[in-house]
Amino acid sequence: MGLFDKLKKGLAKTTQLLKTDVRDIFKSEGRLVDDELLDELLELLVKTDMGIQSAQQVVSRVRTERRGRVVQMDDILADFKEELRSLLAQPEEPIRFAASGPTVIMVAGVNGTGKTTSIAKLAHMFTAEGKKVVLGAADTFRAAAVNQLTIWAERLGVEIVTGEAGSDPASVAHRAVATALEQGADVCIVDTAGRLQTQQNLMKELTKIHRVIRNQIPEAPHEALLVLDATTGQNGISQASHFTEAIDCTGIVLAKLDGTAKGGVVVAIRQTVGLPVKYIGLGEKPEDLALFVPDEFVEALFEEVA
Amino acid sequence: MFDSLQENLSSAFRSLAGRGKLTEANMREGLEQVQTALLEADVSFKVVREFMQRITEQAVGERVLKSLKPNEMVMGIVHQELIRLMGETDSELNLHSGLNILMLCGLQGSGKTTTCAKLARLLKKRSVKPMLAAADLQRPAAIEQLRVLGEQIGVPVYTDFDSKDPVKVCRAAVTEAKSKDVDVLILDTAGRLAIDQELMTELSNIDKQVEPDQVYLVVDGMTGQDAVNSAQGFNDALELNGVIMTKLDGDARGGAILSVREVTGVPVKFIGTGEKIDELDDFSPERMAGRILGQGDIVGLFKKAQEEFDQEEAVRAEERLRKGEFTLDDFRKQMSQVTKLGPMQKVMGMLGLDGGMQEMLDGVDTEKDMRRMFGIIDSMTPEEKRNPKQAIDQSRRRRIAEGAGVAPSEVKGLIEQYDTLASVMKQMSGMGMRDRMRMARQMQTDAMANPAGQLAKKKQGTGKRLSPKEKARLKKQRAKERRRAKRK
Repeated sequence: MGLFDKLKKGLAKTTQLLKTDVRDIFKSEGRLVDDELLDELLELLVKTDMGIQSAQQVVSRVRTERRGRVVQMDDILADFKEELRSLLAQPEEPIRFAASGPTVIMVAGVNGTGKTTSIAKLAHMFTAEGKKVVLGAADTFRAAAVNQLTIWAERLGVEIVTGEAGSDPASVAHRAVATALEQGADVCIVDTAGRLQTQQNLMKELTKIHRVIRNQIPEAPHEALLVLDATTGQNGISQASHFTEAIDCTGIVLAKLDGTAKGGVVVAIRQTVGLPVKYIGLGEKPEDLALFVPDEFVEALFEEVA
Repeated sequence: MFDSLQENLSSAFRSLAGRGKLTEANMREGLEQVQTALLEADVSFKVVREFMQRITEQAVGERVLKSLKPNEMVMGIVHQELIRLMGETDSELNLHSGLNILMLCGLQGSGKTTTCAKLARLLKKRSVKPMLAAADLQRPAAIEQLRVLGEQIGVPVYTDFDSKDPVKVCRAAVTEAKSKDVDVLILDTAGRLAIDQELMTELSNIDKQVEPDQVYLVVDGMTGQDAVNSAQGFNDALELNGVIMTKLDGDARGGAILSVREVTGVPVKFIGTGEKIDELDDFSPERMAGRILGQGDIVGLFKKAQEEFDQEEAVRAEERLRKGEFTLDDFRKQMSQVTKLGPMQKVMGMLGLDGGMQEMLDGVDTEKDMRRMFGIIDSMTPEEKRNPKQAIDQSRRRRIAEGAGVAPSEVKGLIEQYDTLASVMKQMSGMGMRDRMRMARQMQTDAMANPAGQLAKKKQGTGKRLSPKEKARLKKQRAKERRRAKRK
């Protein structure tokens, strides 16, 4: 760098300094909070899919509190991350197991979010813990969905209860739970067909499955998990509220988090519906399932995508 | 399908409307709401920012000063820009003679396999001979799924349950397709993440070695901000020819369509609007942009109306309207023209009136009600139709009810409905087209606020209420006049 350039840079810094709050003068580096920075901040927040409303709240707060001051972007984010962490904080225990008898887990979600794969992963996790698992293939609608789960059952070596294509999914769920009771299994996972949350008749069908299971074991299903695709945008909120309405969801499995999608919509879901994330899916292999850790998730939210 | 965004934009523009002249400041507020609406609809941040810049540039300045109806103008600009962003219409498959190879790719769970089957069915309907090839060797039972779907629609499916190499499967499928004189071979590839280098290489290997004529990217309509990243990944690895957006039958706002368009630059070919195998529609940017703006599908409605609407009848009705005459016959004609356009709800949706109306009509069989109404009117004599309020007494009402097969109370209900509408029509008769439209809108909002769903009659004044002082004064005056009369 030539002397002239150095000088120019130095001068530029001085001009910037002149505009700053007296409190920031002694800070060495940092940026002036101006429209440009606020816009960048908004972009950063919006890109996580956490929702425009909360993004705008954060931005307007920074605007009123720090306008015209020199700040570090990291400082702004750090405050916000702290907030998110406390919002997403949850008890360590991901699955509430039944005190006695089989723990029934019902899995639902819209089409193509990764329900069946997530179930395979859950089954793998439970068998690795030495639990006996029974799967219920109650997706009798989509072509070959039963085959897909059956292949997984074979690979994982777990029991599976299936029904004819087009048959009543509630009856399959019923038989799956009955089998679990009979065989003294520890966990029974019921797969359901993907459906858009706006299809009322299909949502009613889901409620029926839920009811049938509850009639067999009063506390069951002990968990009703919503599988959410991490690439989903703001529609995730609608999914969470509708599915919770139908089957009283207890948590979310956030699938496909191994891509570039941040899955930030779960923040908005936590705010509006209150549903916590229990597990995250990180790949297509059965062991690619991890516990949801709020700290890690929040850090990853703001990491720049390559 | 785009209802939610439509709602938001409508509310944004409602805040713009009715404020007289548009100032730069109040337009900005409205535009900010447009921006929020677009972001809520999952349009990518970058696209939104550029979009808003263009809109602001175009709207602020000279045009604001000279424009007569500022909100309409802003609406027009936003509308035009949305159309421009969504690009030219091209739902053609551009098939050539001989074997065409189409390849579908996309993320896991975007709906590739279902879309393959939908496409094949569409081709078959157009008497083109399709064939499917199951090249998704990753997901368990994906081959089986395609095989079952192929069976359902009666289209051959090339399967190889043992192979592990998708390139080989595709090549073998091409050979078989050629030997069977197939026109279009559709390759169903495995879903993959755009950042998964290994699988992306595999995909571009298929692209290079099988040389498909066209490659379509299948995008989930519910995708959020990530749409940009994944579309970029596929666009870099392959030469895309088109986009198919799926799952647009839910309440997803589908803003990702704008992001994907912007990144790939290729046209949106089709949209998936349901789980059933025939639910694949042509994509129309005009229609979509209109829906987004809450203007409804004006183009679609206009076309339909032109085909169906009896011009002469319209002129005659207009004339009567001008004179302030509105008989039950006119009432019936207007209603039957509306039904000719298609189911009521669809018409309302096209007009952009389906916001709250749809909910109100939920569970009500409009078509059936309409038929009953026609039955009642058709059972009347010309005189009764002309002047129902006066002409129809109890015995006539009973006769009409019997003729139409309804209860007498329904006849009465209809006459009351007609009566309210007739008085509205008389009011309208003095107005220009624009005032009429405004009034229709007003009526719609009134109806929304009125749970009974009936048009409320215009309230009449109950006369002037006098204060005690005035009463006393009047009494005095009357007494004075009485005295004066006595004297004479």
